[in-house]
Amino acid sequence: MNTGSYPLHLLVILFTSVFTENILLARFLGMCSFLSVSRQVKTAIGLGAAVVFVMTFTIILDWFAYKWVLQPFGIEYFRFILFIIIIAAFVQFIEMAIERYSPVLYQNLGIFLPLITVNCAILGASLFMVIRDYDLAESIGFGLGSGLGWMLAIVAMAGIRQRLNNARIPAGLHGPGITLIIAGIMALVFIGFTGVLAGK
Amino acid sequence: MPPAKKIKDIIINGLWSDNPVFRQILGICSALAVTNVVLNTIVMGIAVTMTTALSSFTVSLLRKWTPRVVRMMIETLIIAFYVILFDQALKAYWPDMSRSLGPYVGLIITNCIVMGRAEAFANANSPGPSFIDGLFAGLGYSFVLIMVSIVRELFGMGSILGIAMPFFATASWDRWIIMVMPPGAFFTLAIIVWIARTLQKPKEAQMPGVKK
Repeated sequence: MNTGSYPLHLLVILFTSVFTENILLARFLGMCSFLSVSRQVKTAIGLGAAVVFVMTFTIILDWFAYKWVLQPFGIEYFRFILFIIIIAAFVQFIEMAIERYSPVLYQNLGIFLPLITVNCAILGASLFMVIRDYDLAESIGFGLGSGLGWMLAIVAMAGIRQRLNNARIPAGLHGPGITLIIAGIMALVFIGFTGVLAGK
Repeated sequence: MPPAKKIKDIIINGLWSDNPVFRQILGICSALAVTNVVLNTIVMGIAVTMTTALSSFTVSLLRKWTPRVVRMMIETLIIAFYVILFDQALKAYWPDMSRSLGPYVGLIITNCIVMGRAEAFANANSPGPSFIDGLFAGLGYSFVLIMVSIVRELFGMGSILGIAMPFFATASWDRWIIMVMPPGAFFTLAIIVWIARTLQKPKEAQMPGVKK
């Protein structure tokens, strides 16, 4: 790469997007599935893995679509539609591919794939990539980091919620209410990483 | 036009008893992020309300000609069409606001409320009621978010709509910076949902099957 500090810069993007700029806890993306699919650790891991995979690859496809198609023709405002179509098509394609070649993986991951098309974190990551004008390597780091950050948050939440079954919670706070409060505390924890990365 | 009774039910459902945020915690993804300032929240609320109302109207208008298999795709395209209109208008006439909302205007496309109303109501009803249903689902959603943003801006910055408030802007109030940071959004929304659900409780007892 061009300068010595470029790999370090990529690493910083990766870690920032996992911790301090966590796409779920700091940017509130992917909340719907975060609140509804975080009851069990096992399903949370499955969905998280699917998000990591899809996010990393769609951000690459979206980057090429943006730089090679939308920008040269000056039709950037079509990015919402194009990105959505790319994500939907990619998810569909992957679903067919793993159903055909790996029934075991399909059983574990397959049911989560359709959910991902409507996960705003995926589209959100691509839109952030456009706004921040990342290059390809930065986009990959950002996509991978955001996916891992999302997975980390949902798995941790599922672990906490399994324990919550034994806790006494005020009636009005059951379900989403208590989940939001836990998410708030988790967001506080993740903000705590800020100092670590700022001192680079 | 349908009877006034039905319209009234739609309005009450959208604003209170079936409020998308209280009942299902839907669609908060794209919007919690903008609730640190009241002004941004109002603009976001208008965007979501207009998109929901107009896309419900359009989906309902086209419902007889839409093949069922490609329904979701058509709905997404209709929603995306209105979001692009709004995004471009904002960019042209209010670039500062467009910049501070960032990607969240575009993310209205994946906001579950818009798609939810199109699927749940507009698909089976005529355009008039669909428009009203979308309008009030959007307003119910905006009203919760505006409450959240008032609490956050007041406690976090001592102002509402950028106007300094009597007690909160003075030195006697220690500003809660945490309120304008992400955790503040979670805590505020959790407390508002808690209050709303507690108030709605008596009604739930009459509806079997709602309880988890």
